[in-house]
Amino acid sequence: MQKENVFEIENLNLHYGAFQALIDVGIIIPRQRITALIGPSGCGKSTFIRTLNRMNDLIPSCRVEGKVMFDGEDIYDKACDVIALRKKVGMVFQRPNPFPKTVYENVVYGPKIHGEKNKDRLDEIVERTLKEVALWDEVKNRLNKSALGLSGGQQQRLCIARALAVGPEVVLMDEPTSALDPIATLKIEELMSGLCENYTIVIVTHNMQQAARISDFTAFFLNGVIVETDTTEKIFANPANTKTEEYITGRFG
Amino acid sequence: MVSVALITVFVFMNGLPSMVEHGFMEFLLGDRWRPTNGLFGILPLVVGTLCVTGLALLIGVPTGVASAVFLSDILPKKPAAVFKFAIELLAGIPSVVYGFFGLIIIVPMVKRIFLPILQVFDPEATTTGFSIMAGGLVLAIMILPTVVGLSENAISAVPSDYREASLAIGANKRETAMRVLVPAAKSGILASIILGMGRAIGETMAVLLITGNVALLPGSILDPVATLTGTIALEMSYADAGHQQALFAVGIVLFCIIFILNIIARFVASRMGVGGK
Repeated sequence: MQKENVFEIENLNLHYGAFQALIDVGIIIPRQRITALIGPSGCGKSTFIRTLNRMNDLIPSCRVEGKVMFDGEDIYDKACDVIALRKKVGMVFQRPNPFPKTVYENVVYGPKIHGEKNKDRLDEIVERTLKEVALWDEVKNRLNKSALGLSGGQQQRLCIARALAVGPEVVLMDEPTSALDPIATLKIEELMSGLCENYTIVIVTHNMQQAARISDFTAFFLNGVIVETDTTEKIFANPANTKTEEYITGRFG
Repeated sequence: MVSVALITVFVFMNGLPSMVEHGFMEFLLGDRWRPTNGLFGILPLVVGTLCVTGLALLIGVPTGVASAVFLSDILPKKPAAVFKFAIELLAGIPSVVYGFFGLIIIVPMVKRIFLPILQVFDPEATTTGFSIMAGGLVLAIMILPTVVGLSENAISAVPSDYREASLAIGANKRETAMRVLVPAAKSGILASIILGMGRAIGETMAVLLITGNVALLPGSILDPVATLTGTIALEMSYADAGHQQALFAVGIVLFCIIFILNIIARFVASRMGVGGK
């Protein structure tokens, strides 16, 4: 029986050297919902989302304290297997970053790394994930051509497919549409509501309408602190905090 | 520019007549190099050069590329800088010193360590230590600065987006390097290999001291060989007129090989320059 909440975070503090980027962050990420993280630039939302799959490990000066429970296990515990964690918690980045390989090779990269060799099963993964991101019809005849020949929006959907190919529970998206045009953005937004039937999605966005349109829950970050977190409806219709209200009505940020 | 043209004209002017005189094919494919008997077949020299160079690449390229990955992506910045400096120092050592090192260390080592291994398969095998093996080992060290330096630049230039994407899927650093970074940097790495190969083919002094300089087709990697460059350097001092011209002709062959390699290097670098597959 899976727990209702994928992530339960308490008292999370994160330092880059002497600078404290996250202060006493506590939040719950519910399963198979879309949680949006909003807030002005530099407020810590990207830093926060990167603590969820330990991508911050790559930055030498970064220090993390507190509890980040994923499926009931503390991912900052020494016993935690980072590779296994990242397999369950996938990530999509701001700029589309497909590898300079074929479309097919991009999707099977993860499964191959994790030991899948069966050609039929790999083919099946490619078809399933590309259908999940509504890219199959556009690329099924060019699976063996370079992924760099796709449009920006297609590349980003390919990156989502690549993340889905290893069968994650959670997909973290760090401003996935900020480098895309409105039509490509719309396609990815449409996709996300379908994806949350099978996956938990955490998305960082600068676009307030996007958060309002697609998410079930919203957390508002300001200067490393979560000011308010609630259902998206409540945050946008009736925020409890005046800072939140000022931000979502566009008075700063 | 002018000096390149002058050198080219000079070498061809002195060498071509000899090639024509002995017959082009006999010169290139003749397997007997006995200048004192008037036999000028350079096949043993070409084979010697290719064997030594090939072995050097076989040893030096995997080592060099692995070192490049290690320096760019695995080691922290400060120790990496120290190692890079050390490898650059290797490039500054005069080649005769490498030859000396080979003579004192590698040649006896080949005799002591590699001969018993080969004897397991072929009990009749013998070696003096002066061999393809010894030359290849020393040349492998000599091409390291070229291979490591250029490969490291190419790998460092791969956008960090690719690293993040790979790590975020759950690949470790080694998998990321082998499956994403090296393929993405392959044009730069290939160029480094070809330049290293040019260096290996052109190297004279070190191989002269350690390959044995016997102009015969080798039967195994523990046999001695003569190389194109080594032969020119050794024989020029006592060569009579005809012999001298033949050595110039050897120079033409060397010139052409290196010229072709450079063109390939440029072609490869420009063709695969931008990402692509």
